[in-house]
Amino acid sequence: MQVPAPFEYERAESVDHAIGLLERLGSEARLVAGGHSLIPMMRLRLANPEYIIDINDLVAELGYIRVEGDHLHIGAMARHQELLESDILAQHFPMFRDAEKVIADPVVRNRGTIGGSLCQADPSEDLSAVCSTLDAVCVIKGSGGERIVSMHDFHQGPYETAVGDAEILTEVRIPIRANGGSAYNKVERRAGDWAVVSAGAAVWMDGDTITDGRVGLAAVGPNTTTIDQARDLLQGAAPSDELFAQVGAVCAENCDPDTDMRGSAEYKKHLANELTQRSLRTAVARATGQEA
Amino acid sequence: MEVTINVNGVDQTKEIEGRLLLVHFIRDSLGLTGTHWGCDTSNCGTCVVWMDEEPVKSCTVLAAMAGGRRVRTVEDLEQDGVLDPVQQGFIQEHGLQCGYCTPGMLMTSRALLDKNPDPTEEEIREAISGQICRCTGYSMIVRSIQWAANAENAVTVGASS
Repeated sequence: MQVPAPFEYERAESVDHAIGLLERLGSEARLVAGGHSLIPMMRLRLANPEYIIDINDLVAELGYIRVEGDHLHIGAMARHQELLESDILAQHFPMFRDAEKVIADPVVRNRGTIGGSLCQADPSEDLSAVCSTLDAVCVIKGSGGERIVSMHDFHQGPYETAVGDAEILTEVRIPIRANGGSAYNKVERRAGDWAVVSAGAAVWMDGDTITDGRVGLAAVGPNTTTIDQARDLLQGAAPSDELFAQVGAVCAENCDPDTDMRGSAEYKKHLANELTQRSLRTAVARATGQEA
Repeated sequence: MEVTINVNGVDQTKEIEGRLLLVHFIRDSLGLTGTHWGCDTSNCGTCVVWMDEEPVKSCTVLAAMAGGRRVRTVEDLEQDGVLDPVQQGFIQEHGLQCGYCTPGMLMTSRALLDKNPDPTEEEIREAISGQICRCTGYSMIVRSIQWAANAENAVTVGASS
């Protein structure tokens, strides 16, 4: 029987209350949202917080998915199931639905949140790769106010984020640009598993030309990552299978997966290449209204 | 700490440790052993109960987190001596052999049919993809859930004609 070490339980009633509790309780306090990463880690005693602050009552405050101006705003407490079912999200960024279909399983998706997923900062985590691909920013709040951090700066290493001891991730913001398309592909060993490798792609088009394109990979290094060289190749290019193959090869070259029980580094590089090509092909088809 | 959880329509107030998991609250504090306790890692799904009408894996929810919320367990499916159609389906189509995964399967399939009364086979398989059966190979479970959907739809059609 795996049971967490003893801790004190607190329940936050608002974002400001949560920040107040974090300030009072100090660095040994942890927020719990869905709990499907933190609680298993606590049972294995990989995490031993002295205080747990339950933020599930913040759903009313942070459970939104909405467009404001030219950005899509997702509250940190939006749960996977809501992200999967959101039509507005699928309309602007279909890669979210691609990813959510293969994140954990439907019962776990009823609990897990986008904020928890990003703050867990697991290098294999799918929404981190999605948000990196889409050039999202994270809104972090403390008693001194809000600050905005890019996805690149948000993840500072495996299981490490830019969120300070007395701060909370409140929102993810994604820029909406015209004529865009996106897609996400993942290879997993069995239903609900972490990725062996995942690749997301997003493109923005002007007629037959890709004006901007981004690729994000998960499970290929210490952090989910975008590949700058892919962006250089895509910018201003006309989509073709040759271009996608070139970008796939560059992504494989510029990632650094480890050999582990999920596969060899060589196999993972092969996946990074192949999945990048598949995601690019679908992203372009979606951007041009030609998805099969 | 003291926690009050509404379980199957009854408020249950108990003194608990903050680290008590919901599955142990249900089984040990309340003696409702219909909910099974399996892998301990939110993979196997035998511990699925409803919290505020949604299936959750109760091994990965703190009992404290369920405070003030409604929990429904497999014991609540049978009402006044009448089995729920999903329970009848598992009997009719031999949806269980050892029975270990059954409570979780029942709670997930009940939630599925409430949301989607006429699911495709693919939708059923997706709904139970977070739950592991090591006996029947899933075909019988899928057929059991289809049996329940058909039975409920037949009743609905009969009532409206």
